[in-house]
Amino acid sequence: MVEQAGAERGVAGPEAGAAGAAGAAGAAGAAGAVLEVRGLRTQLGGAARPVTVVDGIDLRIAPGETLALLGESGCGKSMTALSLMRLLPLGGRIVAGSVCLGGHELLSLPEREMRMLRGGRMAMIFQEPQTSLNPVMRIGAQVAEAVRVHEDMDRTRASAWVADRVQELLRAVGIPDPERRAEDYPHQLSGGMKQRVMIAIALAGNPRLLIADEPTTALDVTIQAQVLQLLKRVQRDTGMAVLLITHDLGVVAETAERLAVMYAGQIVEQASCAEFFAAPAHPYSRKLLESLPTAAKRGGQLAMIPGRVPALDQSFAGCRFAPRCDRVLESCATTEPDWQAVSQDQQVRCLLWRAGPSSGVAAASAQAADVAQPGETAMAPAPASALAPKLGAEPLLRTEGLKVWFPIRRGLFKRVVGHVRAVDGVDLTLNAGETLALVGESGCGKTTAGKGLLRLEQPTGGRVTYGGQDLAQLAPARMRRLRKDLQIIFQDPFASMNPRMLIGDIVGEGLQALGIERQAARRRERVAALLERVGIGAEAMTRYPHEFSGGQRQRICIARALAVEPRVIVCDEPTSALDVSVQAQILNLLKSLQQDFGISYLFITHNIAVVSYLAQQVAVMYLGRLVEQGPVADILGNPRHPYTQALLSAVPSIDPDSGREQVRLSGDMPSPAQPPSGCYFHPRCPVARPECAQAYPEAVHLDAQHQVNCLPEIVGA
Amino acid sequence: MGAQLAARLGAAAVVILGVCTLVFLLLHLVPGDPVEAMLGESARPADQAALRQHLGLDQPLPVQYWNYLAGLLRLDLGQSLINQRPVAAVIAERFPATVQLTLAALALALIIALPLGVLAARHRGGPLDSAAMGFSVLGLAIPNFWLGPVLILVFSLWLGWTPVSGREGWSSLILPTLTLGTGLAALLARMVRASLLEVLHEDYIRTARAKGLSESALLWRHALRNAALPILTLLGLQLGGLLGGAVITETVFSWPGIGSLLVDAIKARDYPVAQGCVLLISLIYVVVNTLTDVLYLWIDPRVQ
Repeated sequence: MVEQAGAERGVAGPEAGAAGAAGAAGAAGAAGAVLEVRGLRTQLGGAARPVTVVDGIDLRIAPGETLALLGESGCGKSMTALSLMRLLPLGGRIVAGSVCLGGHELLSLPEREMRMLRGGRMAMIFQEPQTSLNPVMRIGAQVAEAVRVHEDMDRTRASAWVADRVQELLRAVGIPDPERRAEDYPHQLSGGMKQRVMIAIALAGNPRLLIADEPTTALDVTIQAQVLQLLKRVQRDTGMAVLLITHDLGVVAETAERLAVMYAGQIVEQASCAEFFAAPAHPYSRKLLESLPTAAKRGGQLAMIPGRVPALDQSFAGCRFAPRCDRVLESCATTEPDWQAVSQDQQVRCLLWRAGPSSGVAAASAQAADVAQPGETAMAPAPASALAPKLGAEPLLRTEGLKVWFPIRRGLFKRVVGHVRAVDGVDLTLNAGETLALVGESGCGKTTAGKGLLRLEQPTGGRVTYGGQDLAQLAPARMRRLRKDLQIIFQDPFASMNPRMLIGDIVGEGLQALGIERQAARRRERVAALLERVGIGAEAMTRYPHEFSGGQRQRICIARALAVEPRVIVCDEPTSALDVSVQAQILNLLKSLQQDFGISYLFITHNIAVVSYLAQQVAVMYLGRLVEQGPVADILGNPRHPYTQALLSAVPSIDPDSGREQVRLSGDMPSPAQPPSGCYFHPRCPVARPECAQAYPEAVHLDAQHQVNCLPEIVGA
Repeated sequence: MGAQLAARLGAAAVVILGVCTLVFLLLHLVPGDPVEAMLGESARPADQAALRQHLGLDQPLPVQYWNYLAGLLRLDLGQSLINQRPVAAVIAERFPATVQLTLAALALALIIALPLGVLAARHRGGPLDSAAMGFSVLGLAIPNFWLGPVLILVFSLWLGWTPVSGREGWSSLILPTLTLGTGLAALLARMVRASLLEVLHEDYIRTARAKGLSESALLWRHALRNAALPILTLLGLQLGGLLGGAVITETVFSWPGIGSLLVDAIKARDYPVAQGCVLLISLIYVVVNTLTDVLYLWIDPRVQ
């Protein structure tokens, strides 16, 4: 494989130059790099039409360093990680390159020796802690297995020694009561705890390099903060290097020293985080930062990247980003860009920089005019004009004490033994033409609240007032007529459309079902106009959902909701399954639709950056109840509830000197079946007092709009 | 786990009562007069009346039901019409043969199917996989009423290695075991392969690989136990079928088990014996499936 690699690299000229540039970059750790990757090339699929998912990657990581590999889905970052571990899926193969770990070439190692390194000198943790542990093995046994594989035999023969080591590892990753927890099965642990166990397994072999593939993407932000902090601490204690694979710019800014940006199987920019976040050099990197929603961009549209990532089963003559690039030069289509040094700590693969450092800077500043500086924090207050409450406006929709409980049934006769209080008394007010963001972590009941409000779940109690009527009590036939006004968009654009229906029928179904447009020809016209409006094009009508990308599908879902001309759309995490550049497209569309048609959104999300860009009002939910609500500037700029403060401070920011004080929460959210006494948050609250366990605190009105459910002494009212 | 176990057993008890009631009603669901059906239309009225009284059919239905249930508790299933022996005794005499054949066939099936399925899954798409699955298709396609006679022809008549039929000594067990076992092995091997392939794609297998485990540790410690659940379900259903008497195989080899007893009883219109057999077979299904559920509880901690 190594000989082959040499031949390949001889052919691919630019890569050789790339290696040189990267070498210069990593000058700091030039002598003792833990990992050095050169010209790595990985293919998937049949030999006839191979897909080159990783195409000439060079990386170098020094001991104790964290290098982030950043990119959107499909860019090849996970395949790079799996190539390094030699754990590619069936059909995947490394066709060229060299991977050196501590000076030893890995690609020519026999599988048997590679196995000793795997989980030993190099370990890996994965994105999905929920499915990454064996469900039928106790967690102690799963950690012990890793210990036995990598410790020398004499020691591991003593099972007491192994048990001690397992408990030491579990304690090191912050699992409380490790003796007892070792006896648990994975399903008895929360997602954050499972990821800690995964880290314990990775640490069992005392690795010099930890590859973390989206380690916190599936976790809530407060849990993400705990896990990232743990990783940092472990790294400080052991001096291991970390290759952090992520799509989250905030996570990169908070945890990495250097980063490499991947696009379509290649690295297009390598830089220290300081240099990168101050001034990204590659047009793609710049667009990524610009497409992040922030409060400062509220007034305008977010930057978008037109088109899609190119298919990787072709050969490229020029720059892979050229067709989507707004700074494209004539030569970009025909010349493959080589590495250019922007500064000591920043290299970029872009022709704009070929004439020297100043050339690219000129290009960058030309753009910077219409773009908010990346330095601005997501929490900065929004312009006052956008916040001015519409005084005297009657709320369009209002819930009072909305409750949605689910019965827990047990035993032979399915007796009801308790309730999961998913939504437990929520008061929300949605004004006409405004966006109310309902914010909270997974399991807090925000999605159920959205469904209860539309009566897609029958409320257990409370009122939902819309147009002078209580939706919760409305007769089914009258509720059906009102559905025209109340629509919903779901999180997963892949699962929320019937795969056997044509797009035209999906979008037009509501018009037909509610009897709004009975004539087929007129219905088609309206559907065509809707599809044009969401930027899909009328020709999509005769196609099926699988022919569209995630972002396009979400547009179609928006067209479907728009078809019946609703006044309220509940948006349930509509962008959380999408990449940031695609998320920007959807947010722009939602915003322009609101301006054109005056639609109100109840925007359910866990993404604070999206809230800061889109919402006028914010309600924060915890364990089925609201803890704080008010105008977006008050909630994000001046949060008063300890939970809101912790939630906001856990959001990773790309602003290096935001200077925010991090409030770390310990533990996990309790079960909504057995909420704690008094204030539901008090067991995790950093400022809890004895009286917090007595009764759920009344709402404290800080001003006309900002209210918080906490003790007046604590919020300082 | 205790509460769940109790719930499963409680549910099984309810099903058993339902099965008993259905079997009781069986006699009354026969179109026309059951006594006439048993004795034929030409029977003398006096004989009919005697049989009716003997079976208790002259009493009101609730009384009959009560007597039937009370009889069940005493293991009294009535008497055979042919030789006047208690049905329970007739069944008890035949049941060991069926159990013996079932266990032998099951053991053979597992011995063939487990390695075959595992090999096929590990060498997916290779020649070993094709060969194993080819055997499996063959095993599924060949019916027992053809395989049995062919085995008799080859091993008993031509080679003279085994007895033709009956149940005398261990050697008579070989051919019926082969007949039943290979069919079951074919089905099981497929299930083992499919189930393993699915599990081998799971994230936790990737985790185990990333730990540096060898492929065999991966397979035996991580994959097989997770793959066991669908295999167990299939095994439970098949085991119930076998214990209820493999009617065709037992008939071909004149194996004195429940299957051939049932066929004989139906042919001879020996209703009490047939009723007893049906009751036993149904109960076996309930018991085996309940046992499968309990095994689930033991294997998969998530079910608790």
